Amino acid sequence: MTRRMAIAVLCVGGLFVSAYLWMFKLGLMGTIACGSGGCVTVQLSPYSEFLGVDVALLGLLGYGAMLGLALVSLQPQFAAGGWPVRWLALLSGGAFLFSLYLWYVELFVIHAICRWCVASSVFVTLAFVLALLEVRGAPGRGTTP
Amino acid sequence: MNRFYTLIAVLVAVGLGLLLFLMNRSSSPAIPVQVAVTAADTAGFQGYVLGSETAPVTITEYADYQCPACQSFEMVEFPYVKERLIQTGKVRFIYRDFPLDQPHRWARLAAHSAACASDQNKFWEQHEAIYRTQGEWSPSGDAGAIFRNLARQGGLDIAAYDECMRSLKYAGRIQASLDEGVRVGVNSTPSLRIGDRLYAGVQPYDKVKAVVDSLIAAGGTAPTP
Repeated sequence: MTRRMAIAVLCVGGLFVSAYLWMFKLGLMGTIACGSGGCVTVQLSPYSEFLGVDVALLGLLGYGAMLGLALVSLQPQFAAGGWPVRWLALLSGGAFLFSLYLWYVELFVIHAICRWCVASSVFVTLAFVLALLEVRGAPGRGTTP
Repeated sequence: MNRFYTLIAVLVAVGLGLLLFLMNRSSSPAIPVQVAVTAADTAGFQGYVLGSETAPVTITEYADYQCPACQSFEMVEFPYVKERLIQTGKVRFIYRDFPLDQPHRWARLAAHSAACASDQNKFWEQHEAIYRTQGEWSPSGDAGAIFRNLARQGGLDIAAYDECMRSLKYAGRIQASLDEGVRVGVNSTPSLRIGDRLYAGVQPYDKVKAVVDSLIAAGGTAPTP
């Protein structure tokens, strides 16, 4: 349970990072607090969209879904695990792979690092590790995703 | 468990507060430095032009709004160039952005502000106002607010100006101007390209006039594209 709570807290952090970056893309933020020009370069590059959808918006939706799953998994009926935990592992795994792709793009294609993206990838990596530990530690119950 | 939900609620409240704070923190949008230049950024645009298309000599200035030497040229020499060379039909003058991002962090924002003013046919007014107030906004933490105020004082439609600034739509054009300057050999600001020759640094009016007169005597010339 503690790990699921930690995942929920990480998702709240990721949710606000994504919201901040998305609001910047929408022109609601003015300057982006970054400390270098990297964030602007990354956010305004063609790679800030994935399949026509803003990456920050994808992050917002992804973190929102993971937060919802983490909160559902905290309900007493899922104390032993079950589908919310497995979905959490699946979703955070996908998000982790996507963050690896973003790392590659930033380092080798755009040649700029966005500190907010780094923060997000830390959140996602920790959430994935914690979700994996939950899946391995829980006997599982309910339908498999 | 209740303490956990309290923690989540506190985090959400702090996050929303931070977002609101950041939203209201600055009116200065960030103009991207490494923007990809598209064909649309440069289509039909050769710089901000003043003077007759049939003028025998073309002068292209590459300048940075935050550069003190550029301000000196704009404030001291350019009025003479404008009155005695441009308005008399001898010179067609083109202004191109050449922002030196280090150490001029507001140079691109200033260029974007002037570009947005050009949407409302007020480029030269905003251009002059930005240079005139360089000492005020250059050390400021929020130059965008000052540019916006200049736009308002200059009679621009502020809603349209704000929309233009938020869109960052001229970021590519500014980069294209910089790239073009690099291509023709500009490495400092201000630089004047008169005919096919490049003159770096603040050029006094007398020298500009002498070069223009010699080119006119030689039959006039426009820079090679």
